[in-house]
Amino acid sequence: MSEKKYAIQDIQNIAASELLERVRKLKEDGYRFSQACAMNREYGQDLLYSFDKDHILLNLKVKVNEGEEVESITGEYWPAFIYENEMHDLFGIKFLHNALDYNGNFFVTAEPTPWNPKK
Amino acid sequence: MGKRTIIPFGPQHPVLPEPVHLDLVIEDEKVVEAIPSIGFIHRGLEKLVEKKEYPEMVYVIERICGICSFGHGWGYCAAAEGAMGVEIPDRAEFLRTIWHELSRVHSHLLWLGLLADGFGFESLFNHCWRVRETILDIFEETTGGRVIFSVCKVGGVRKDIDADTLKKIADTLENIKADIKSLTDVFLDDVSVKNRLVGVGYLSKQDAIDLCTVGPMARASGINQDLRFNGHGKYLEVGFTPCIEEQGDCYARCKVRIREIFESIGIIQRCIEAIPEGAIDVPVKGKFTGEFITRMEQPRGEAVYYAKAFDPGKETNYLERMRVRTPTNMNIPAMVKTLQGCDLADVPMLVLTIDPCISCTER
Amino acid sequence: MSYITKSPWVIHYDGSSCNGCDIEVLACLMPMYDVERFGIINTGNPKHADVFLVTGSVNEQNKNVVKQIYEQMPEPKVVVAIGICACNGGIFKECYNILGGVDTVIPVDAYVPGCAARPEAIIDAVVTGLGILEQKRQALANGELLKEPEPEAAVAAPEEAAEEGKEEA
Repeated sequence: MSEKKYAIQDIQNIAASELLERVRKLKEDGYRFSQACAMNREYGQDLLYSFDKDHILLNLKVKVNEGEEVESITGEYWPAFIYENEMHDLFGIKFLHNALDYNGNFFVTAEPTPWNPKK
Repeated sequence: MGKRTIIPFGPQHPVLPEPVHLDLVIEDEKVVEAIPSIGFIHRGLEKLVEKKEYPEMVYVIERICGICSFGHGWGYCAAAEGAMGVEIPDRAEFLRTIWHELSRVHSHLLWLGLLADGFGFESLFNHCWRVRETILDIFEETTGGRVIFSVCKVGGVRKDIDADTLKKIADTLENIKADIKSLTDVFLDDVSVKNRLVGVGYLSKQDAIDLCTVGPMARASGINQDLRFNGHGKYLEVGFTPCIEEQGDCYARCKVRIREIFESIGIIQRCIEAIPEGAIDVPVKGKFTGEFITRMEQPRGEAVYYAKAFDPGKETNYLERMRVRTPTNMNIPAMVKTLQGCDLADVPMLVLTIDPCISCTER
Repeated sequence: MSYITKSPWVIHYDGSSCNGCDIEVLACLMPMYDVERFGIINTGNPKHADVFLVTGSVNEQNKNVVKQIYEQMPEPKVVVAIGICACNGGIFKECYNILGGVDTVIPVDAYVPGCAARPEAIIDAVVTGLGILEQKRQALANGELLKEPEPEAAVAAPEEAAEEGKEEA
């Protein structure tokens, strides 16, 4: 049977305050940033950051309360600006110190923050 | 030192089949900065998980992109199967590998054609697309569709290919090899083509790592990254060599993709030799459960698929969240980087060599 | 196709399609289907074009782009909506960012169903569109008004429009 690296599901729950420190450590360890996305929860959102090393994925699940501001990781991984702008435009999550902030003009949508409409 | 001017590029532009917009800050003829803006074709299809049940969702995911459609369907099915703990039959894995590699051949030929169009070599463009039609004919014969064919489903594949057809596919591919080679030789040896490619859009290995590039873009800068190693499909069983080049310019990217065409043909032929008899699907019933994140090597590079069910106890036939991160997303930063300092006339080449798939990017 | 006496040029814009229809539009121009032998050329400049091929549905960000390209094209002109997404939104109809088919923004003369639309169907629609183009050209030559009534005007005075229709009848 061949090796099934994809079956390794490493998803770690962390707090928003730990994020930047963890990401810095991962960068030092030679991880490659792979993706970030958000999903709605009762308390706000979960952000899922994925990092790759040798074809194995490491995921950080960050709990974010509604309205809480998150430290941008663009200082460590510049390409993350795409995902942070996306999450800002679709979910209304605010990121601090984003290196390339489109100020909500990344995706022009018919309604603002369609994934998380303001009541 | 000239005056700075901003030239808008796109969204409707002759070299781009798809809308993307770049603000190019120009000093004389040199680009000093490029600011991408995307979102022209944002549909928001990830949110359709609320309206489509998990077996239906595969049709939506396949329509993220008409070029790597099969790969997206497979990625979604792999994530759903992983989440629900479904093991699919061997024959289905082989068939998926065959269709996926055929998609890669068709996608790379399409790209070579667009590249030829980008540097103004129209007859080469036409010839690449002529050869590509052979692959589309194989798709049509085996699945009924030319570009979007919906043969993947959660639990296996929908259609089987009989032994005679498989043999015919292997022979057809063997026969078009010479045809493809006569075209790719032009890309690799022709003096005027080389003039447009060699040394253009250099991306160093360190930059490629820092900018988190994926796929042929990363492999052309000497990074050994190929998600076919992670165990999906039958790649490890039939064996393959990742195509890696060191130069990091447009020529190297072109060479990586050309080598991959032949590598893929080899994979398909080895799969056809090794494919076992057996079932092509397993029944998948019940509610959607679990959480799974997985990746696929698409023609353009690594794509991430994340599927999550509602919390235990509240499961339904729907997913709570489906996330697709496509390869072009990850290569846009590298494109912005290579655009800095290039000649204005080379912009179309640089945009094309990341093989942008905008409908993937914006979903 | 004997009514084609001129070489119609087409312009293609990708609304928010998945690429499937776009590559099929390009495939029509390629050696396999080769509509270029009839003088049909894909141009990048809207002012050179007679036929506007739109793939994919319209969203908030590109509706003005579609409108602009349409307005820049000289009369007479024909619009062909290619693929089910361009016809009415298709599988993405329920997405939050989709306004609907191309006809929500500009008038459409021919619709091509299919996901993805097959090259044969696209060629058929373009040929149908050329027939309409010829009619429009005739109408223009006879000095008849081609411009469709402004939608606002039509909404503001439906009775008036109806009365006018009666008079003509």
